[in-house]
Amino acid sequence: MEPYHMNLNLKVWRQKNCKTKGEFKLYRVENISSEMSFLEMFDVLNEQLIRDGDDPITFDHDCREGICGACSMYINGKPHGPWQANTTCQLHMRAFNDGDTVVVEPWRADAFPVIKDLMVDRTAFDRIIQAGGFISVNTGNAVDGNSLPIAKDTADTSFAAAMCIGCGACVAACKNSSAMLFLSAKVSHLALLPQGGPERKSRVINMVAQMDKEGFGACTNTGACEATCPKEISLTNIARLNKEYLFASITAGR
Amino acid sequence: MTWKQVFTSSVGKKLVMGLTGIFLILFLMVHAGLNACIWAGDGGEMFNKGAHFMGNNWVPRILELGLFAGILLHIIQGFLLTVENRKKRTIGYEVSYNEGSKWYSRSMGLLGTLILLFLVLHLSHFWLPNRSNQGFLLGEEINLYKKMKLEFSVLWVVIVYVVGCISLGYHLAHGFQSAFRTLGVHNRRYNTMLISLGYGFAIIISLLFALMPVSFYLGWVE
Repeated sequence: MEPYHMNLNLKVWRQKNCKTKGEFKLYRVENISSEMSFLEMFDVLNEQLIRDGDDPITFDHDCREGICGACSMYINGKPHGPWQANTTCQLHMRAFNDGDTVVVEPWRADAFPVIKDLMVDRTAFDRIIQAGGFISVNTGNAVDGNSLPIAKDTADTSFAAAMCIGCGACVAACKNSSAMLFLSAKVSHLALLPQGGPERKSRVINMVAQMDKEGFGACTNTGACEATCPKEISLTNIARLNKEYLFASITAGR
Repeated sequence: MTWKQVFTSSVGKKLVMGLTGIFLILFLMVHAGLNACIWAGDGGEMFNKGAHFMGNNWVPRILELGLFAGILLHIIQGFLLTVENRKKRTIGYEVSYNEGSKWYSRSMGLLGTLILLFLVLHLSHFWLPNRSNQGFLLGEEINLYKKMKLEFSVLWVVIVYVVGCISLGYHLAHGFQSAFRTLGVHNRRYNTMLISLGYGFAIIISLLFALMPVSFYLGWVE
């Protein structure tokens, strides 16, 4: 594909902080290369804003190579923009044409309050992980990784779930603002491996409780999360989480 | 953990929806099977016998109590879940995300409400007069076949019933497979099977029910 240049109209959500009301503002960027990433286009816009003495647009970003889960823009009605299995930082401007109007919004969920502009507070995810998304190990020498035999397809399924980068696109896409795809990926990842066995029941019970406490909605299996997930986390993880929860709630406790 | 914690958690609430949903699916099979007797071609004799059994034998009458409990639980829980889930996003999107999911999966609350409205009409047509005329209240048992013929001679009633059946079909198209996912069926091969089975069930059940008022209206049954 030959590189080309474009002029774009941007409709971007601006909000000072979580206490003030936000609004959309219109911006125009010119001579944008099709080889730029979406965030680089935003860098160009921010430099323009700084030159004009305006407040630059705040947005989350870190690795810019699609593995950290920091970027979080809702672009033209889809988390992470129009491409499949893709993060905002890996979205390139060749996805757009000259003269397009692009609407950019923050993740919308009460559990993800806006910090400023396009940046939202996703520490709810951290607290869900703290509630049980780990394994407890005693200190000492690291155990030889090959000392525990694990079937190849089980390991593959677990790793596929472990691909989740915790970006929150599933919550942003869900009509119920449910965090079930995220939670189910974290629970599945550990429940499938022998190392996750000892805390299997308490993990799922505590993590679901924390998710509810954080104010995420309930899952209705619409599949919007799976369709937008940059890491293609499967909806079957949610069914597995349901099974884990059902089993744990029937058998756990005193 | 206590049972209260289980059933008030987001996963537990969905479990209630799934279990009552599957129970209602089983009821639909019985209802459709029994009603299909109108096509026996015997002027409603077999159908009325079936209806008499369902109304006068104590086994289906006790099961009926369970059915009402199941329906009520499904409606109330569904309503509460829909309201709660809506509250989780106070500020909505400028451009909504509709590509990733089917419209009927997103509209279970709306479809459920349509079915509920239809149910009110349906129960007032058949269940209420039938039960109130059985033995203990207003005398003679109603000839339900004749009652069907009478009600389904009115065009708007037939249209409302067909719309009700279409709503039910779409509700089932999502609900059938979703209920099993909620119960924890995660194996890919079972899920694939359940999705096809769900679509098949939704189409057959809604078509069968919709054909009943249509058959009477168009005079396909005497």
